[in-house]
Formats: sequence, structure tokens, C-alpha cells
Amino acid sequence: MAATPYTEEKFRVGETDLIVLKGGSGKPLLVFHGELGFPGWLKWNEALAQKRTLYIPLHPGFGKSPMAGWVMDMRDLASFYSRFIREQKLTPADVIGFSLGGWLAAEMAVANPAQFSKMILVGATGLRPPSGEIADLFTVTARGYLNKSVLDTQNPEFARMFGGEQTPKQFEEWEDARAETARIAWKPYMFTQSMEHLLDNVVGLPTLLLWGKQDRNVPLSVAELYNKKIAGSKLVSFDNCGHLPEVEKSADFIREVTNFLG
Amino acid sequence: MHLMFFTERAYHAVPEDEVLRIRSFFGVPNKFFDAQKGSELLNEYIDEKILCDELGFDGVMLNEHHGTPFCMGAVMDVEASILARATKRARIVLLGNPMPVVGNPLRLAEELAMIDLLSKGRLVSGFIRGAGSEQLFNNANPAYNREYFDEAHDLIIAAWTKPGPFRWEGKHFHYRFVNPWVLPMQKPHPPIWIPGLISPETVIWCAKHRYPYVALATSLKPTLELWNMYGKTAAEMGYQAGPENFGYLQPVFCAETDAKAEEMGKAFLYGGGFSHFARPEWMFPPGYNSKEATRRLASQAANPNLPHAALDRDPANDAEIQELKARLYATYPDWQKQGQIITGTPKTIVPKLRHVLEVLRPGIFSFWLDGPVPLEERRKCVTLLGKEVLPQLREIGKELGLEDPFSRTPGTRPLVGGKPEPVGHEELIQASA
Repeated sequence: MAATPYTEEKFRVGETDLIVLKGGSGKPLLVFHGELGFPGWLKWNEALAQKRTLYIPLHPGFGKSPMAGWVMDMRDLASFYSRFIREQKLTPADVIGFSLGGWLAAEMAVANPAQFSKMILVGATGLRPPSGEIADLFTVTARGYLNKSVLDTQNPEFARMFGGEQTPKQFEEWEDARAETARIAWKPYMFTQSMEHLLDNVVGLPTLLLWGKQDRNVPLSVAELYNKKIAGSKLVSFDNCGHLPEVEKSADFIREVTNFLG
Repeated sequence: MHLMFFTERAYHAVPEDEVLRIRSFFGVPNKFFDAQKGSELLNEYIDEKILCDELGFDGVMLNEHHGTPFCMGAVMDVEASILARATKRARIVLLGNPMPVVGNPLRLAEELAMIDLLSKGRLVSGFIRGAGSEQLFNNANPAYNREYFDEAHDLIIAAWTKPGPFRWEGKHFHYRFVNPWVLPMQKPHPPIWIPGLISPETVIWCAKHRYPYVALATSLKPTLELWNMYGKTAAEMGYQAGPENFGYLQPVFCAETDAKAEEMGKAFLYGGGFSHFARPEWMFPPGYNSKEATRRLASQAANPNLPHAALDRDPANDAEIQELKARLYATYPDWQKQGQIITGTPKTIVPKLRHVLEVLRPGIFSFWLDGPVPLEERRKCVTLLGKEVLPQLREIGKELGLEDPFSRTPGTRPLVGGKPEPVGHEELIQASA
């Protein structure tokens, strides 16, 4: 029987325990999961793990990491992680953040761009969309939100992770994730009002933006604004792709990430 | 015994099929609202409460919901203010103000104080967390719902009782000058009753604060289970819970013949009734439930607030809407058999109500009339209840020793032998089954 391709480690950050999934070998790569929690070990994780050690912290209150009651907005969470990577001597870290996890990375970058060496934002929230809206996670079921995040729910990897009947365990994990996301992202929904202005502070940080052209959860206009505001960033958008390019355009995604990280 | 009257002040003019289409009153597009009809209905509901006062009901009960034809009382303090002047005797019972969604508890303390003064001390105040859909409508973060509730309650009590001015720097509420000029007439503050459905956390909180808990038409057995949980906490606090600690809301349809009343009672299922209050994803927004409640939900296929869900998916077309409607109304005999909707003439409903009172032993009892019942039938129902049923229930209340919170202060009943006595008679449920 195959063991999981990652181990689970518990770290102490101030008063809070933080569970971190670690897999692969090589230089660390920090991975920030999105608003519905860690989705599982996917093809892209496996590919990157050949050359990098993936550090995938489960955000406080998501799944196994206990809630930190004082974390009430994204700045709080960003400060929490700044402490974690400094104390673990991961600074400056390469980081990849998905959706809400991308917002987290951006929030850390605007506070101090020097804590990262390279940054990848995938379908990241964090900015008020210049056009369109960020899909509301809170008025639909988790399943409804997920189904909207891909153009084809029959995609084999998507179906493997999320297909079939919803299990009680899935329901509980998603509800934990939604509750924690509500605690930090309820209003304004999924963005920081000042982010657009603070991004001018992000200089000297190589940044790659990966987006689905048909993203229905976080519109492409958000990617374009990030791209305009972050000095020297590069936007790669995939056609026929929604909010999960790592699943929907797995091979292209792996190629772009690998080339960028070097 | 405190006997009162309640209705949701529903907007019945919405096409029933539109509710069934999405299986939810919340979320029906407001293009179906007609202001002329809305005006008529709101005025009729006020008139009905005034009639209750004239007929000798001890209280008129109001509630508040947002963004739904299920209840037009979106800002119930407006209605309460009118009733404060337009009624003479009845208590104005607000069950309750949804503190977490109001957003400004200090303003709420002021509104309630004004209602108490205008009514010359007839306000009964009540507080609720607000249904899940209210959190969405008012954009109140459901993940902090319980924290908002607790802090807003403490702030309102402080605003009413602690000499001002003082500062309030809480977790969620911040005020630099708490000094409401208009304070309630009743001292130290108006009575507080708390309505609820299924939340054990609320029941325990009530017992700790010695606030009467009013069960909103939940079926008898689970109601008693919760009330005994109240009784256990009360005993830990050093008192015996009695009828003065409990209230019960009961759908009742009264007419001059049994057949007529039975026909009227069907209106309670209009649109699916409470089972279609809001879709599950709107009833339980993220973080609204405790982790324990989420765990319980995870293991249940169906929403516990939707006991009569008649179709496990949205109807796909008009034919399926009609099928859903037929299935819903087919549950009516069960509702009646279980006593969740009581219908009859004054003569035939009194024994049924007596049974409820014997089992639960509440000190507060509210009639609940709802559904698209024509105005004249509503007024007839209220009149029969007031003239013929109320006097009989008062006698039964005396006979059963059902003291209300005005004849005995909740939390003052001595605990005998250090252990709580059961609060009702569960064995009578089995006897009647």
C-alpha cells in the first residue's frame, strides 16, 4: 500500500499550533491553499516535489490546525505566517498561493516583499475586481462553489478529488473551511481595500500570475490589475480554463511553474 | 398564565408556485411585492393586534425577519411603537430582536426604551441570533454570530442599568459615550424572554440568565428534552425551573365548525410553511452553527429544520412544482395527528390545548395563526379564541398551577433536595400516542 507522499508536522507559532504537510525534497516551496482547504496531493504537487520540498501549512481553523481566535482578517493571518517563516528560517521563501492563499501571499508581499524570493499567484483573490465579481462562497454550498470553479466537472483529476457523493468528512472539512474564511474574508468579501495602493511597494520580487481565462470565481480583471501594479510581474492565462488551472491545465501549469522557479 | 397571540404578518399575495420553485420564501424576487397589497396587510395585522388587546389577551407577540414574504415585519420595533400607543392593556412581546444583525445594539437599547415608555411599561424584550438568512441579508458575519449576540446583550443591559456616560471597548462593539437619555420605565429593565428552536446552547444560556425560554412550536418530546436541559442548568444555578421559566407557541385555528377550522388549518402549509423558510445553504451560512451542530448535521441526510421536505431537489418544471405542492398538502393529516396544528371549535380545541399544557406546563402560551386565511375568518378565529377559549385556559392554568413570569419571578423557585424535578409530564405524551 502506498504511503502518503507527504508527512504531517506540528509547529508552534506563538500560542498556536500549525499543522504543515511536507513532501518532496530540495529547496523549500511554500504552498498556501485556498478557501476550501487543502484539496489533496495533485499531479502538480507530485511533479514539483521531484526538485522541491513542499511546505503546505493548513491555515489556522482549517482542518487539523486549530483556530486562532485573534486572527480576524487577512493582515492578521499574513503576520502570523511572517512569523512562522522567519522562525523556521524559510525566509526568503519561494511561495505559491491559490485563490485565498494567493491573497495571503500578496498581503505578506505588500508588508515586506523581501520575505519572498519568488511569488506565484494562482487565481488569487485580494483585489476588488475592476470588472466582474468574485463568486460568493457563502450563499452556495461548497459543492456548488467547487463545481463552478472548473469548466468541466468530468475532468479526471477533479472528479477523483471531488466527484461522487459528498461524504460527512468532506462536509465537515468544507464547513470548517467556509467558517474560517468567513472569519477573515466576510466583508469586504475576499479583498483588502488598500491592496491596490500597497502593491506599489512590491518591487524586486519576481512574480508570476497564473489564471484561467474563463475563471468564474475570480475574474481575469483581478489578474490584470495585479499585473499592472506589481513591478515586473508576468501574467500567463490559459484558454478554456476556469479557476483551477493546476487541475484543468495541469501540464501547462507544471511547465510554467517549473520554468519560473528554475 | 400569560396568554398571547402571534402571527408572522406574512405577505400571502406572492404566488405560491414561486416559493415552491426555489423551495424557499427567502430569495423570492421582490418584483412580486405589490405595495398596495402590502399596505393593506400591514394595517390589517396591526388592527388584529388591537382586537386582541380589546378581547383581553395578555400579550401580543411580534417577531422580525428580513427579505422574505414569510414575514413583513422587517423592522418590528416600528410595529411595536404603534402598538405601544394603540393598545391599552396587553404586553408587547418582542421575540425577538436579532441583535447580531442589527449592528448597533446601543440604538436598539434606545428603541426598546422608547417603546417601554410609550407603552407605559408594557414591553417584554426578547433577543435572538437571527436565522441564517438574516445574516446574509444584513451582511452580518455568521462566524461571529454567537459572539455578537453575547456582547450585544451585555451592552444593552449595561446601557439600561449602568449609570452613564461610560465607554465600551469590546471585541465587536465600540462606543465612546454610552449614556442613553431615554431609559426604560420598567426597572431594572424590561423582562427578557428568549425564543428558540433547537439550539441547546441558547437553552443553557437562558437558564444561566434566568430568562424564560419560549419554544417555537417544536414538537412536544424534543421540547421537553430541551426544557429539562434548562432545568438541569437551573439546578446547577441553585433554583428549580418552573412554568414561569417556559413558554410555548402553538399553531391554532379556531372556527364555528370543526370542518371549517380544519379547512383553515391547511393554510399553515402554504408554500411549504416553515419547512421552506430558507434553503439549507441560507439557513446555515458558514460558522453560524457551532462545530458540534455542524458535526450533527454532517451525519444527517436532511436538514433538521425541514422535517417535512417533500422533494429532495428543486422542482425542474411546472409539473414538478404541482407535484411538490400535492405532496406538501398530503402531510396535513400528520401535522394534525401529531398536534402540531390544532384546529376546531372552542369546544373541541380546549381539550387538545389542555393536553399540551399538561405535558409541557408552560407559564407562557401563545396562539399562532398563519397562512393565507381570509381577513374575516382570521378575525372570527381571534374573537372565538379571546371570548371563549381564553377564559377556559385561564381556569386550566390555575388548576395546573401554571404561574407566569409576572406572578413569580423566574429563578426564584426553591430547589428541593438539590436535584431538579422534571419540568413537564413526558409520560402523558406516550399515554396519548
